[in-house]
Amino acid sequence: MSPSLLEERTEARPNPRQEASVRARGVSRGRRRAVTVARGVGGLVTLAVIWEVLPRVGLVDSYFIPPLSTVLEAWWQLIVSGELWRHLQASLVRSGAGFLLATVLAIPLGAAVAWYRPVREFFQPVLEVFRNTAALALLPVFTLILGIGEASKIAIITFACFFPILLSTIAGVATVDAQLLRSAKVLGLSPVATFRKVVFPAAVPTIFTGIRISGATAILVLIAAELVGANAGLGFLISYSNNNMLIPKMYAAILTTSLLGLGVNYGLVALERRFSRWRS
Amino acid sequence: MSSRIQLRDVGQSFLVRGNDDRQLREFVALEGLDLDIAPGEFLTVVGPSGCGKSTVLDLIAGLAVPTSGSLTIDGVPITGPGLDRSVVFQQYTLLPWRTAQANVEFALEAKGGLSKAERKERAQTYLELVGLSEFAGRYPHELSGGMKQRVAIARSLSYQPEVLLMDEPYGALDAQTRERLQEELVSIWQRTGTTVVFITHDIDEAVFLGQRVAVMSSRPGRIKAIVDVDLDRSGAGDRDVRATAEFAAYRHEVWTLLREEHAPARPKEDARVA
Repeated sequence: MSPSLLEERTEARPNPRQEASVRARGVSRGRRRAVTVARGVGGLVTLAVIWEVLPRVGLVDSYFIPPLSTVLEAWWQLIVSGELWRHLQASLVRSGAGFLLATVLAIPLGAAVAWYRPVREFFQPVLEVFRNTAALALLPVFTLILGIGEASKIAIITFACFFPILLSTIAGVATVDAQLLRSAKVLGLSPVATFRKVVFPAAVPTIFTGIRISGATAILVLIAAELVGANAGLGFLISYSNNNMLIPKMYAAILTTSLLGLGVNYGLVALERRFSRWRS
Repeated sequence: MSSRIQLRDVGQSFLVRGNDDRQLREFVALEGLDLDIAPGEFLTVVGPSGCGKSTVLDLIAGLAVPTSGSLTIDGVPITGPGLDRSVVFQQYTLLPWRTAQANVEFALEAKGGLSKAERKERAQTYLELVGLSEFAGRYPHELSGGMKQRVAIARSLSYQPEVLLMDEPYGALDAQTRERLQEELVSIWQRTGTTVVFITHDIDEAVFLGQRVAVMSSRPGRIKAIVDVDLDRSGAGDRDVRATAEFAAYRHEVWTLLREEHAPARPKEDARVA
């Protein structure tokens, strides 16, 4: 059995060269990885078994929590009939549009705000107020102004995604290493070139922190907005199934949102890694 | 002596808040500083810590404006940074998202007037000059401190400035790497004929590198003395120049000049900076 975190972190380590040589001999790295993956799969399988068994033996009411196999069957029906795809598509369009719109607006604005200290100091408190206003609290406002159609849903997702990206862009641009700026100045780089070649690339990892937060936010707000009022989308599918006592279908829709969230997060992490490969 | 860079009666002072009473006071970093630097020479500047060595370099680089006095390069007043001068800082100022090669190209992009292929070729030439051809594709985090500083030097030389300004570039390196880079720098200087102004607090480094060593007084900084160093540095790779009697004599001369600066603080110097 592996040691606890305390032992693992405090144990005397081989120096980097020894570690490299162990790796070169291929003793443990691949095996270690396989073991890690196997444990993770084990955890998921355990969850699936619990979900399957508890309703079957009657420990939980199988009407409210149907066994996993029943849910998967309902899921399969949804996929085959094309119904799931229709709802997923509606959700993807809304969250994608809101998220992209927020990114396109927030990054240039954040950069501009951060570039000039007075502007930054002027905006910072206002932005903090907005950021700390729960986007969902404003859902009625958006519905009032933009109606119950697509516009209000995309608008509230944009709103919710906008602030994390804006604030991380401001932080990233404002905290660029002064030494890098000095060397750009010595090279006689114009402000525009300095921004393009030094400030922005340096800020990208920080900006991505905001983008990842926004990715999760987009899904959260999407589902909430669709639960409240929509005629398509995963959130709608959940509330519709619930209202019509189609419980396995409801769980199938919930599982779909989980997978969607996972996919978005992994996608953004992969993108982040691609853009910050230069970091150790 | 014809001079390339001339500093005349240069003064630099800042307003700082005192530690005890939070009053604004004038902090005089440099006062009445005169210095002439000849074309193609290797001048080292050594002085006690806090004497304003780096301030002198910032002024020549055009990163700061003096409170009084004048600075000229080839007779033209220095008003800002220019591609006729380049600076190597103590901290490694490489762009972490660019490879060694691309970091050198960065300077060439700033200079302009070269095609992509020419930039690439020029960058390779200068990486070779500092012995890093094999590491062209590495990112800064994959390079040691000494290698990073070599890339910074290659970058500074790549656009062929007339003057190379170095602000304690080897301060953060271990002793052996530092000696090797000093020898490399002398050989690069001999091959390129660039004027070098090198700031250091290390007496050995100042004597080993400089044709002339400018010794600064403690604050307010001015040039206290200039020591001409006439050392045979040829074959420094095999021969321990630093162990010769001449080296020891120059070293002692500079050491004595600096030791005199350890006199008790003058009353004027009560406004210390944190």
